[in-house]
Formats: sequence, structure tokens, C-alpha cells
Amino acid sequence: MELFVDILFNGISFGSVYLIAALGLAIVFGLMGVINLAHGELIMVGAYSTFVTQLLFKEPFLKPFFGSYIIVSIFVAFIFSATVGILLERLIIKRLYGNPLETLLGTWGVSLFLQQFVRSFSLSFGTSVIISIISGVSLKNIFPKSIKERFNEKYIRLSNWIIPIFIGILSNNFLATNIPRIRRPDSRLVDVTSPKWMRGPFEIYGESFPKTRLVIIAITVISVIAVLIFLNLTEWGIRIRAVTQNRSMSECLGISTKKVDTITFGIGSGLAGVAGVAVSLLGSVGPDVGQLYIVPCFMVVVLGGVGNILGTVLASFGIGILTDIFASGRLLTLFPNAPSFVFNTLNFFSTSSMAVVLIFSLIVIFLQFKPQGLFPQKGRTVE
Amino acid sequence: MTLLEVKSLNTYYGESHILRDVDLNVKSGEMVCLIGRNGVGKTTLLKSLIGLLKQKKGDIYLIGENINRKAPHQRARKGMAYVPQGREIIPYLSVEENLMLGMESLPGGLSKNKKIDPFIYDLFPILKDFLDRKGGDLSGGQQQQLAIARALLGKPQLLLLDEPTEGIQPNIVLDIENAINKIIRDTGIGVLLVEQHLHFVRQANRYYAMQRGGIVASGNTSELSQAVIDKFLSV
Repeated sequence: MELFVDILFNGISFGSVYLIAALGLAIVFGLMGVINLAHGELIMVGAYSTFVTQLLFKEPFLKPFFGSYIIVSIFVAFIFSATVGILLERLIIKRLYGNPLETLLGTWGVSLFLQQFVRSFSLSFGTSVIISIISGVSLKNIFPKSIKERFNEKYIRLSNWIIPIFIGILSNNFLATNIPRIRRPDSRLVDVTSPKWMRGPFEIYGESFPKTRLVIIAITVISVIAVLIFLNLTEWGIRIRAVTQNRSMSECLGISTKKVDTITFGIGSGLAGVAGVAVSLLGSVGPDVGQLYIVPCFMVVVLGGVGNILGTVLASFGIGILTDIFASGRLLTLFPNAPSFVFNTLNFFSTSSMAVVLIFSLIVIFLQFKPQGLFPQKGRTVE
Repeated sequence: MTLLEVKSLNTYYGESHILRDVDLNVKSGEMVCLIGRNGVGKTTLLKSLIGLLKQKKGDIYLIGENINRKAPHQRARKGMAYVPQGREIIPYLSVEENLMLGMESLPGGLSKNKKIDPFIYDLFPILKDFLDRKGGDLSGGQQQQLAIARALLGKPQLLLLDEPTEGIQPNIVLDIENAINKIIRDTGIGVLLVEQHLHFVRQANRYYAMQRGGIVASGNTSELSQAVIDKFLSV
């Protein structure tokens, strides 16, 4: 029983990292069919924005609220990654819809660009660039109408450029003077310190679970539920599903498919940002942290059945549990009397990296027989 | 009132010239039928009208406004509804959601219009029983009824119908004909119809006959002679 709970908990906690990382991709790749190789870098943006948020909460005026920075950083990471993602969609991917090979190359380029950007520029600069983009986009909508009508349109448009740039410079100055750590470009790994309430184990019935892991599981569960509610119960969800299933007819029905594309991509990217929060809690964050996750993400989405969010959920938990079973060598303790060649094989795979190798080889073999994944689309429409 | 006016429309598929100088108009409250054998450009004409294909030359006016440069979703919001050949129901959305999408072209879109107007259940009672089913699981005839209902929920001024009776059992063909006639009578919208069924063609007010991408004959359907029928209808 104890073993079972152990496997389940470890598996779910492994799996939830995969799941939160792949959830955004399940939308971008699964629903829109865009192969976004920069997804890992969007995770990195989320992880770094968690780091910056955390530093900000160490400042005297926010210090008393340090315990709650994780919650704030989830929103910050979502917005920051979504902004980068929307920019990516508007500037590059929009022009490449229907050309998977070009999309692959284009997004790979963006992924390299983002990695190098983090190495070559300071975090305060990066943060203020994103802040100024956000303010530039939102300024147009929050300008009071009375001001808009009083002045010449030319000046309004000019101020739409000047004010965001100004905000960007100010925020850069503010961040650089107050937080010396992010003043200069720095490609070393950074670490996020978790607040006090998240440290140490959590005990139920004599079993102890690390609290960080529980927080990650909670973030994952909430994100999955939010995505399912958004896709199935809101009008934007209906629009998104309509456009992903029949683009030209949706357009003929009066849906602005360009807008839907941007919003869908923005949400997928934002979820990558939320994954970044989870990733930053697990270990050090560096410019190439996204590279660790991009392959597992695609594996999970393909295994679950492209376009099927619930399939993604089951696939990632399945991978998590299997990884745990192999990596910890539990089978060795369960079957100590197994024939020696089985024992040796299991022993060989019972390190975390070899377990991942084994699992992914199994997925590749599985996909040979069921290329549609675990849950292929069914019904009259498939034919 | 003239709903739709098309002046010397030319459309290409890549290099091949499909529509050649098409002139056509549809007034409110009338049903206009487009006839012609397979491959003469009837569907291409409808696709150019809704905006799925860009015309190379010519003008399209919807209720007096030039819509040459408008995207399909903008044309839909200006009062044009399109029921394509093959229905194009969104397969994994429920019938109810498919119907709701029809209201996206109303002012305010889906956000302001959430209640399905029950008049479509009077026209197509069968839809009410299937609200929770996936659109893609309906039969061809049911999908056709759903597609027309979806188009009507957007309260269009002009309805473009592409072969609504193709491959559908006869009793549903009658239902569809009656529904379209009733809608024209009740609301005074204009309908541009592509059709091969002679029985349905006869109910239209006027016809345009197409050959090799151009309009070669037109007139009132009451004057539709056997010679014209033999020449342009593939029955």
C-alpha cells in the first residue's frame, strides 16, 4: 500500500510537470496544428519572470507579502509569455500557416534568438521591453475618449509610441537601480527561493510529501480545469474549436479567424509561462531550460492524441508513473528473484535519464502501431 | 431593393480563368437560381461572393456598398449568409453550438446573442431533438437542415445556397424547399441558389444560366423553356 501511494504520488508529480509544460503545446500544436519549437523558450520566459517577480517581492515595500509571490508570479508569467507568444504569432507564424516545414524552421530560429537574448541582455532590460509592449498594446484601449477627440489623431498615434517607450525606460531604470542582480547581462543559472510555507514536507497518515511538488500539482490541476472550462463553456472556446475544425466555414459564419488565431496562440503561450513557474520551483533556471522540456512536450501531445486535451492529461500522468517505476528501480525490490538477465536490464534502466530513454523508446514503438495516439478522433466525421 | 449587384466579375484559380465577366443581381424578396452543368463555375461564383476567393476584376455591391476588399467574416456581418456545398458543419461541435455560431454575424456577435431563436425549430423540427449530438454525427439531410438553420440565425439579407438538395432523400428535399419559401415570404430576404433539381428550380423567380464561366442566358423561370432546360440542367 505504502509503495502504491509512493508510486502514485511520485508519478503524478513527475507527470504534472510534463502536463503543465505540454498543456500550452496541446493547444498550439494540438488544436492549431502549429509546430512551435519556441515553446520551450516561452517556458523559459515564464521561469525568468518568476525569478524577477520574486526579486521584486524581496524589496522592502513588498517584503511582507513575500509568501504570496508565487500566486502573483503565475499571473505575471502568463501575461509575459502570452505577450511574447502573441508577438511571435503576429510577426512570424501568421505568415507561415499551412507551411509546417517553414514554421518549424522559423520557430526554431526564434527559440535560438530568445536563448541568446537572455544571455546578451540584462533581465531588467528584457522585463522592461515586455512591459513597454504590454503598455503599448493596452494604451490604445484605455485612452479616454475625451482626450482622443480633443487632439489630432497624429499626436495620439505618436503618443501611443512615445508613452510605452517612456514606460519601458522608466521601468528599466527602476528595476536596474533597485535590484542590482538583474542590472547586467548574466547567463549563469539563477535560483528561485520558495517562500517559507512551501518548504519542507507535508504529512498525511504518516506519509510525507514535499510541499513544492504539491504546489506544482495544484497549479497543474487548476490550469487544466481552467483550460477545459475556457474551451468548452465560453464563447471564445466555441470560436476556437470552430476555427480549428473548419477554418474557412468559420470565417464565412462571421468569426474573425485572425483574431481567434492570435488569442489561441496567446493562451497556449501563456500556459507555457505558467509551466515556467513550476519549472523554476523545481531547479535552477538558465537560458536553455526550455530545451529540457520541448521534446517531452511534443511526445506527450502526440501520445495523447493530437487535439485531445484529456488525452494529454492521461499521457503525461502515464509517462510520469512509468518513469517513476523504472527510474527508482521499484521493480527490482518487488521481484528480487527475477531471472538475472531481466534483473540486469532493469538495473541498467533504473536511473532517471535511462528511464526516460526507455519510456520514449516505448512511446516510439507504441506510435508505430497506433500513430493516432491513445485517443484518436472517432465518429462519422473521421471517414 | 437591390441586395446584391455583381459587375463584370473575373475570378482565377491560380492561372486558370474561371469566371468571365459575370453580371448578376438579386433583389430582396426574390429567389434567383443559378443553373448550369458541372464545372461551369457556379460554386466558384458563390465563393467569390462570400469572399473565400478573391476576384481579379469587377465589383460586388451588397445593399449598395462595395465589398470588394472585405474579408468573408466582414461580409457575413454585413448580412450575407453562405450554405456551402457539402454543408460544412463543424463536426465536433454539438448541434446547439453549431447553431450558436450562426449568431456570430449578428451585431455584437456571440457575446451578446446567446439564445437560439425558436423559429428555426418550426422550420426544421428535427433539430430540436438533436441539440446535444455532435454535428458531424448527423445524416446528410439533417446536416443540410442544420446548415440552413445556422445561416438563418444570423438574420441575413442575402442567403447563398449551394446545391442544398444534392444527395438528400426526397422528403427532406421538400422540407428544405418549403422552409426556404416560407423564409422568403416571411422576411423578404433574397436567395441566390445553385440547383440541379428541376422541381426546385421552377420555384425560383428568375434564373441565370452559366456556361464556361460566363452568364449566357437569364430570365423568369416561368419562361424557362424545355430547350434551355435540356441545355443547362444535367438531368
